[in-house]
Amino acid sequence: MLKWIVLAPLVGAILNGFFGKRLGERFVSIVAPLSVFVSFVLAALSFKNLVALPANARVITEHWFTWLDVAGFRADFAYLLDPLSGIYILFITFVGFLIHVYATGYMHGDPGFYRFFTYLNLFMFMMLTLVLADNLLLLFVGWEGVGLCSYLLIGYYIKKKEAGDAAKKAFIANRIGDLSYSIGLFLIFTTFGSISFVAKAGVPSFLTQAGVTTTVTAFTFTLIALLLFGGATGKSAQIPLFVWLPDAMAGPTPVSALIHAATMVTAGVYLIARCSAVVVKSPTAMLVIALIGAATAIFAASIGLAQNDIKKVLAYSTVSQLGYMFLACGVGAFGAAIFHVMTHAFFKALLFLGSGSVIHGMHHEQDMRYMGNLKKYMKVTWVTMMIGWLAISGFPLLSGFFSKDEILWKTFSSEVFPKGTGTLLWVIAALTALMTAIYMTRMMVMTFWGNERYDGSPEIHGHGHDSHGHDDHNAGHHGHFTPHESPWTMTLPLVVLAVLSIAGGLVGIPQAMGDLVGISNSNHFEHFLEPVLAHAPAAAHAAADTHGAVAGVAQAASNTAPGAAASHTEAPHDTSLELGLTGVSVGLGFLGILIGWVFFKKNPLRGMPDVLENKWYVDEVYEDVLINPIENTSRNVLWKIVDVKWIDGYVNALAGSFGALAGILRTTQTGFARSYAAVILAGAIVVIGYFISSLMH
Amino acid sequence: MLPVSFGLAFLQTAEIAGAPLSIKLSWCLALSAVLFTIGVAGVLIQRNVIVLFMCVELMLNAVNLTLVAFSRFLNDVTGQLFVFIVMTVAAAEAAVGLAIIISLFRNRETLNVDEADLLKL
Amino acid sequence: MDLVTQISQSIPAILFFALAALAVVAAFNIILQRNPIYSAIGLIVVLMALAGVFLTLAAPFIAAIQVIVYAGAIMVLFVFVIMLLNVRAEESITDKAKYLKLVAPALFIVLLAEVGAIVGALNVPAKTVLSANDVADPSKVLGTVESIAQAMFTSYLLPFEATSVLILMAIVGSMLLAKRETHEEAKMAYDAQRDYQQKAGD
Repeated sequence: MLKWIVLAPLVGAILNGFFGKRLGERFVSIVAPLSVFVSFVLAALSFKNLVALPANARVITEHWFTWLDVAGFRADFAYLLDPLSGIYILFITFVGFLIHVYATGYMHGDPGFYRFFTYLNLFMFMMLTLVLADNLLLLFVGWEGVGLCSYLLIGYYIKKKEAGDAAKKAFIANRIGDLSYSIGLFLIFTTFGSISFVAKAGVPSFLTQAGVTTTVTAFTFTLIALLLFGGATGKSAQIPLFVWLPDAMAGPTPVSALIHAATMVTAGVYLIARCSAVVVKSPTAMLVIALIGAATAIFAASIGLAQNDIKKVLAYSTVSQLGYMFLACGVGAFGAAIFHVMTHAFFKALLFLGSGSVIHGMHHEQDMRYMGNLKKYMKVTWVTMMIGWLAISGFPLLSGFFSKDEILWKTFSSEVFPKGTGTLLWVIAALTALMTAIYMTRMMVMTFWGNERYDGSPEIHGHGHDSHGHDDHNAGHHGHFTPHESPWTMTLPLVVLAVLSIAGGLVGIPQAMGDLVGISNSNHFEHFLEPVLAHAPAAAHAAADTHGAVAGVAQAASNTAPGAAASHTEAPHDTSLELGLTGVSVGLGFLGILIGWVFFKKNPLRGMPDVLENKWYVDEVYEDVLINPIENTSRNVLWKIVDVKWIDGYVNALAGSFGALAGILRTTQTGFARSYAAVILAGAIVVIGYFISSLMH
Repeated sequence: MLPVSFGLAFLQTAEIAGAPLSIKLSWCLALSAVLFTIGVAGVLIQRNVIVLFMCVELMLNAVNLTLVAFSRFLNDVTGQLFVFIVMTVAAAEAAVGLAIIISLFRNRETLNVDEADLLKL
Repeated sequence: MDLVTQISQSIPAILFFALAALAVVAAFNIILQRNPIYSAIGLIVVLMALAGVFLTLAAPFIAAIQVIVYAGAIMVLFVFVIMLLNVRAEESITDKAKYLKLVAPALFIVLLAEVGAIVGALNVPAKTVLSANDVADPSKVLGTVESIAQAMFTSYLLPFEATSVLILMAIVGSMLLAKRETHEEAKMAYDAQRDYQQKAGD
């Protein structure tokens, strides 16, 4: 059954790709969502079977065929369903289905309709392969496949140069990460002799081996973890490879929602969570992951404050939220990271689809400076997007609140790092939460409140230059028009996602809050994931300080507590601290909303600092520091000297020497057939003579 | 009919017991060698492409003689079979070769191989 | 043993020598004549003489084929082409490799000496060959149509079939080669030649 979860969208992609053009839009808009829906139903059934298993034996594997089995290197087309991949396939197929439905409305009338859905279905296939793979190589197949689909879909508007450039940028940035991933894969194989997540042919999985090994050095673990994380920075848009994701908004909005917010970009988090057994072995790597996550979070949030393109705001918001997830991974709270992945998938997909609805209603206008007062025209979009806005801002009891709060608390209470680091990271994360609330409020205010600025002559304070790209055939600047609400195929997914954004967090209420209202064991989500994820070594730094004595105890403690996380059984005063911090983060959320409201309600076009609007000049810096030197070196040294002078020179010299030699030898070529015959005969005579003389002796 | 079959019969009885003079293998090979080398020499000294062709045929026949002689002296029919196939190849070769000669003659108005020298320096 | 018997028993050997001498003389005739039609006649004589030699070597079928195919078909083709092209004796044809007139005889002698050395060193005793008088089954007798056919259609069926394909290719090939060019083709060939010469001139 697992393989059909994966293959159903592929069938859809094949049908759409080969017959979609001939059979038309209606056929495609039935087949494409249907194939994903089949996938969702099968995923739900599989998930039900999984839950029916006892808590610590929730693993379903399915071997399809053996792909490679060479000299101990074993990689299969085999699928693994456990709590981690189970959660992933559920929200991927469900959100994917909603977005497919939405896209049938959004892409209506597009000449490349069938092409779009072929790619989208292919993406679902690759994403599910990635998530359900039972080894790193098959995961890599999906990893590359989603990269390809991302490339195809970002560059979907093939006539726009910026779309093509953005697609290339995404591809190249991902490629750098992929290189890191593949080296990490090789290193895992040479270290453990296995790349599977489950035992294969008597060889225990590398995850199991990582847990028990004593021979692998800490340096190797650090290297593996950092290489895998390097892959994740590419796919999940973390510093330093995040630059592709904002540009990727050149693709159609459903793509942004599905690939660049809900699913593909969280593949990096999935990878780190999947390999958590390896990651937790290296406190250094965890620190790096946490720092990069936190840095990305606050950095992207600050850029998000100043963007005018509605999709760019959401793109930087995505980068920022992904930073949160990696921060959680870095502090060892893998469960919280996955929880945030899921809730983020709901509310960010909602926000993206809402922005798509806005863009649709505004006739392909994406610049918020030309919007305003849309609440009058787009009621459903407005209400649903408000829910998304509150959810991401951390409004109490909405989904984002629970997951974000969990991450903040785990960061604060983290004992992985030396003292003070956790607090510092918490401060960064809390500031990010504040900024998130501000820029989301700004976006909502600019879009849905204020005066109507549709006629394309806005006063832009201090910024005449319009830095983002417009759709070529936009109608936004041509006279007055009335925005309209989108068709039901687009609003229905918005409503469903809004419901999920409200209620999605309830599956994982942090225990401290559960205690508050008298629910025991409220954090189902993390308990469910418990068997799959490794525990951070609670006192790794302490181990370094006390030379191992404590480490043994801590290790034993974390190994013998499979059912409950240590923090849940701690002293009550801890709970009050956690609740206090929750109050702080809620307060920051409200403060952010208030600041945003006050600042932008009256003056939505308020000028923002140049440095933020220009994204901290990261693209320019990359251009000057990396791309131009590489290009100049390539052009002036590698091409003009190494290639032309050395390599070509060598080849030409060789060819020249052959030419000279041939010039001498060609004089023997008289062109007369008979003289050739004479030479042949002379040769034959010599050979015969040789044999005769050798026979004589 | 009768005299012919008689003649064949006596020829086929290759080795007549106690005959003072009977054919030896080395004679056949020597004849074959002489014919072959004459053919080779012909290729070298003749310039007319048709005669060159005849010399090639002569060499093929010399080889045929060798095959028949060995067939006779080893009492194995395979040699004669080879001769049969060589003849077929020779026929095919003659057909194609003469077609080439006609084509050459049409284009260059000559049969002298020395005139067909576009390959030279 | 009386002289008549001795002579009659030696008839094959005598015949062999006579035919061999004829073949060698005719072969020289091929290469030394200037007029190709005389060369062709020389070749015909060689082929007939060899057919006779084949008869003395227990190969009557091959001898017959030699006459029919070579003398009858191939040589007719040769003579036909000679007549068609109206080739006369080589008149004032330039000899661009005159040194071969001297080299060829030298190579001829050396090659003959080498082959003679090999032949002289050979000593293969003749095996007894059954004659048609000895057995009733002609397929057991060397050189009969039956024995050759049996070998050809059992052990050597594949080469036989391959030969037939070869013949087919030869037919198609010779038709293609000898076909007169159409005007366009001739023009193309002419243009190509002119371009080539211009390039060579550059």
